[in-house]
Amino acid sequence: MELFIDCLKAFLVGGALCAIGQVFIDYTKLTPARILVSYVVAGVILGALGLYQPLVDWAGAGATVPLTGFGYNLARGVKEALAADGLLGALKGGLTAASAGIAAAIFCGLLVALVSRPKDKS
Amino acid sequence: MNISKQEYGELTKKASPNSKSYITIPSAFLVGGLICVIGQLLFALYRRMGMIPMDASTLVSITLVAASAVLTGLNVYDNIAKFGGAGTLVPITGFANAVVSPALEFKSEGFVLGLGAKLFIIAGPVIVYGVSASILYGAILFCIRLFQ
Amino acid sequence: MSEKLSHSTYRMTGRPSLRSFAAVVGKKEGEGPLGPCFDQVFEDTTLGMETWEKAESQLQKEAVSLALKKAELLNSQIDVLFAGDLLNQCIGSSFGLRELNIPFVGLYGACSTMAESLALASLFADNRLADHAMAVTSSHFASAERQFRFPLEYGGVRTPTAQWTVTGSGAAVVSADGEGPYVRGVTLGRIQDMGINDINNMGAAMAPAAASTIKQYLMDTGTRPQDYDGIYTGDLGMVGSELLLQLLSREDVNLEGVHQDCGLLIFDRERQDVHAGGSGCGCSGSVLCGHILPRLREGSLKNVLFIATGALMSPTSMQQGETIPSIAHLVHLSREP
Repeated sequence: MELFIDCLKAFLVGGALCAIGQVFIDYTKLTPARILVSYVVAGVILGALGLYQPLVDWAGAGATVPLTGFGYNLARGVKEALAADGLLGALKGGLTAASAGIAAAIFCGLLVALVSRPKDKS
Repeated sequence: MNISKQEYGELTKKASPNSKSYITIPSAFLVGGLICVIGQLLFALYRRMGMIPMDASTLVSITLVAASAVLTGLNVYDNIAKFGGAGTLVPITGFANAVVSPALEFKSEGFVLGLGAKLFIIAGPVIVYGVSASILYGAILFCIRLFQ
Repeated sequence: MSEKLSHSTYRMTGRPSLRSFAAVVGKKEGEGPLGPCFDQVFEDTTLGMETWEKAESQLQKEAVSLALKKAELLNSQIDVLFAGDLLNQCIGSSFGLRELNIPFVGLYGACSTMAESLALASLFADNRLADHAMAVTSSHFASAERQFRFPLEYGGVRTPTAQWTVTGSGAAVVSADGEGPYVRGVTLGRIQDMGINDINNMGAAMAPAAASTIKQYLMDTGTRPQDYDGIYTGDLGMVGSELLLQLLSREDVNLEGVHQDCGLLIFDRERQDVHAGGSGCGCSGSVLCGHILPRLREGSLKNVLFIATGALMSPTSMQQGETIPSIAHLVHLSREP
């Protein structure tokens, strides 16, 4: 039951974050790349202001899986590294926290490109 | 033509259909929400396997990235995206798709200058501005702490 | 010698005749309403090539060979070949046709290239500069997508005004004399820019160019739209077609009932999910050579205006926030000389 409620929360928050993105696509001239950039930067800012943490606590993957969660993760990494390493942490923290996701995407991109090729649409 | 640019812009606006938002927004909600549910289920699974929340969360990201990469390689992710719209764009799977699809596409220009160089042609800005914003945040936080 | 009617319109005084024409397309176009009209449908849109650019070149090569075969002419009998496509530096044409050993004039008119090349070939033939001249163009969905938009496997969202690049090629041989159909006149378009900068709404960017060229030809020849069986624009799609009718009705020119658009003819918009319609050089090229010219030859069409429209932007100009200049060239075709 607890798992079901966790999933429901994730569904609601994750779905809402995506629906907002769709509103940007439908009603503004923003390209997908700009929307993604806005989401990440928004995540960093909300994370920095401490506004994103409650959302993560409540909705779990619903808040961490969307790209705002990626931004939140960058901010969290910087905050933690700053406490440990001082000013150097401002440079190290972000990418350290996000390293697994980025490295996975790079390596998967290489692997998949080695074995697959794009297909025409019809 | 006997028409001003401004007038023509208005004619164009009238003649151009809008997106069917009553379909696109709910489907973005549904698809994006479901991807997050999958993330939540994976999280529960990894927790049950005895991982601490931090590691479980990281592994969820990695799993979703890998799954999206495979679906992109199987030429399927773009078909889901046709229905999902922002629902497939905003989650981390969309980030992975933005990395993997140019890798596939530009392989024909070689492994170094094609695949290697163009891998981040769409997703690169996300990292550039995300990381820069986080550094800025770190610098501000550092200054604040100096005066505390 | 061709008679110059105005600043941009030429009337043919000889009998430049379309000796042969051929259209080849990809799978999706083959499944469209005009599917049975095309000479060849490639189910595999790679055409067995390892890159999309090579596939597009191969499309042009196939169209040219077919047209030459139908014309019963050898490469050496063609005096000049006008060709172009959408790819950077027009590599679709130059690489596809490099082995033909025919005097080659590469053109860039974006999606207007079929009318541009046909107009030039007709002028060459009418003025006896060439006994036989060729006009060729092509586009390929996948090569256009990767140059102008996104990688094929990227899950980008298409807006309702976006158009679908046609995979196809059209080739035509114009001879100085023959049994028709005949080219009666041409109008070379002037660049128009009404300030549209949405790359996903090219029909809107190109409609003013089509309107200006059509109006020019009607004025120079003293004809009305109702004097023609059909006025075919290249790839305005749904949005551009609507705007063309509106623009011309403001000038007291009524296209209602005679206007057709190749981009709307080639696909079933709803069933094939192509949003506002087809686009690309190959759109007007394959519809002209597979649908319009055969009907002129058999006589079910007698008198037609063909206006291919092109959006002259590049990915660089788009990223720099420029508006989209556009062009439209017109060729008047008829059953009788």
